[in-house]
Amino acid sequence: MKILVSAKRVSDPNAKLAIAKDGKWIEGDVEYILNPFCENAIECALQIAEANDGTETVAIGIGDDETARFIRQGALARGIDRGILVSADEEAIDSDLIARIYMGVVHRENPDIVLLGKQAIDGDSNQVGQLLAEYLGWPQATFASKVEVSGGKAIVTREVDGGLETLEVTLPAVITADLRLNEPRFASLAGIMKAKKKPFDELEIDDLDLEDTDTKVQVVGLSTPSGRKAGVIVKDVEELVQKLRSEARAI
Amino acid sequence: MSKVLILAEHDKGALKKVTLNTLAFARQYVAKFGGSYDFAVLGHNVAGVAEALRSYGAGVVHLVDHADLAHPIASAWAKVLADLAKSIGADIVVGPASTTGKDVLPRVAVRLGAGMASEIVSLTDGGAFRRPMWAGNLMGDVKITTANKVISVRASAFDAAEATGGQSPVTAFASDAGLATARVKFVSFDGVQSTRPDLTEAAVVVAGGRGLKDKFGAVTEPLADVLGAAIGASRAAVDDGFAPNDYQIGQTGKVVAPQLYFAIAISGAVQHLAGMKNSKVIVAINKNPDEPIFKVADYGLVADAFVAVPELTAQIKTLRG
Ligand SMILES: Cc1cc2nc3c(=O)[nH]c(=O)nc-3n(C[C@H](O)[C@H](O)[C@H](O)COP(=O)(O)OP(=O)(O)OC[C@H]3O[C@@H](n4cnc5c(N)ncnc54)[C@H](O)[C@@H]3O)c2cc1C
Ligand SMILES: Cc1cc2nc3c(=O)[nH]c(=O)nc-3n(C[C@H](O)[C@H](O)[C@H](O)COP(=O)(O)OP(=O)(O)OC[C@H]3O[C@@H](n4cnc5c(N)ncnc54)[C@H](O)[C@@H]3O)c2cc1C
Repeated sequence: MKILVSAKRVSDPNAKLAIAKDGKWIEGDVEYILNPFCENAIECALQIAEANDGTETVAIGIGDDETARFIRQGALARGIDRGILVSADEEAIDSDLIARIYMGVVHRENPDIVLLGKQAIDGDSNQVGQLLAEYLGWPQATFASKVEVSGGKAIVTREVDGGLETLEVTLPAVITADLRLNEPRFASLAGIMKAKKKPFDELEIDDLDLEDTDTKVQVVGLSTPSGRKAGVIVKDVEELVQKLRSEARAI
Repeated sequence: MSKVLILAEHDKGALKKVTLNTLAFARQYVAKFGGSYDFAVLGHNVAGVAEALRSYGAGVVHLVDHADLAHPIASAWAKVLADLAKSIGADIVVGPASTTGKDVLPRVAVRLGAGMASEIVSLTDGGAFRRPMWAGNLMGDVKITTANKVISVRASAFDAAEATGGQSPVTAFASDAGLATARVKFVSFDGVQSTRPDLTEAAVVVAGGRGLKDKFGAVTEPLADVLGAAIGASRAAVDDGFAPNDYQIGQTGKVVAPQLYFAIAISGAVQHLAGMKNSKVIVAINKNPDEPIFKVADYGLVADAFVAVPELTAQIKTLRG
């Protein structure tokens, strides 16, 4: 079996964000981390590989040379077998083109499972996995909190409104990871050393035979939402009830 | 002139309010760009949902009632929705950013060659779609450059649209969704049993955090009972098993904007704030005065929740007689 798994870098959620001069993205000089949902996807791929002898795991990142570092340290150092960087200018790609780049890689690699994060915590679009599944004509199981693979099928429990849904998908399929899927392991020192020697391919978008590299969605401007002001601290429950009643008229 | 196709959301044969929030966006869109809107009702034994939508001013309520659509399997629903959009010449498909909408709509976009904008909260004067990014720390204005467009709508950002009277016709649309479900099988649904209002529809939300530990229910339920409130939770409370996943509020859970929100023993991480900071009135009860939740709360009470919340519950009960 072969599993393709994502390694996307995102700005640290605790970083102070500044809007870039052109107003279209954030200033680039922030700390970056591996997208938390990709950590869950990577952990899931490793667990499936551990339970199924002969499984090959491949991490893919789309971006610049910096992205390569996240593929190595975030994925290969944790135990993923090899890495692929697809060079792309992140300013010039949208979810749709990312999905088509994945499609191009899938056509080269023929994986049984593509495991992505349910969302990227910068763009927060929650689209790539679903777009990819439709481009490939594959079944999908998004927002996974449990994945079991056997006999060419995956049984996936999904976190949905109202509770937990379980689907059985016939492979090949796209699965997107939710945060409760697992506890991502840390890379060991040995893992970090080994990662440096693992196979690593660099591809250009042109290598992927896409029909075009046009985007469909553009961020034309960013703004800061109007904030909330802190209110008052009440001294006890009685004052809270009184304020909620006569001032806020909320109860 | 635009033709908008709105995906209706329903649960066990009843229309869900998020459909009407989504409709509010569609009406704004049509007011700005001209055109009309239709509804798409997909499912099995859902004629009642179509009937309920007839008085909302749609050109047509399209009903696709089929056993293969009983569960919202994304590949099947997307095929039907895209086929329907093509057959009626819809250039924009919109749906709520519920888990179903998030699952299905991107696939519709691929089928229509459309760009998609997720979780939009408003239409800007310049006609761009405004949406929260980075857990709502920044708002992004996005333009879709394709002729066809797909939009998921953050329900909490739009007041539910009112009925306008009239009787839109209900038209059946034939589906061959079976093909698209061939490699997906629905196994089971483990639903949260609750007689409380839906979290995204409730006027009052009582949310608890990790600090409540195994007394999560004992603290939140009585207060929710006296207020007729829905119960929500932080991710940490769900992770630790004190509340079901359906309760999670935040960047990766539900987004709510009730009249009144109680954050009890919740620290106020950015990812939690992303799901509730547009509530009208926010009350924070926390024993640590330095927590960030107090920066967004209208009323803060520094207290032990195990003592304060039962007291609060009792006082509101007395007040209400
Ligand atoms: C340094 C930097 C600069 C950027 N500059 C711009 C800009 O100027 N303008 C702009 O519009 N966008 C910019 N981007 C955004 C970027 O190109 C993507 O469009 C966006 O981050 C993808 O997020 P999403 O919300 O669309 O993905 P989602 O649909 O939320 O992602 C879902 C999943 O898809 C996978 N995935 C997504 N992106 C990648 C990737 N790159 N590599 C591997 N897997 C991935 C992950 O598994 C992720 O969990 C920038 C990103 C970075 C890191
Ligand atoms: C990618 C990502 C996505 C995330 N998405 C979400 C999301 O959607 N929603 C979400 O909520 N979080 C989300 N998180 C997690 C978030 O960062 C926080 O970890 C989480 O919100 C903390 O939950 P909490 O406030 O319940 O717990 P804590 O931060 O542990 O806070 C517990 C609070 O309880 C108080 N307390 C303890 N005992 C008492 C008492 N007896 N009386 C009164 N107060 C008491 C403490 O003072 C403290 O403030 C996400 C994180 C990541 C990385």
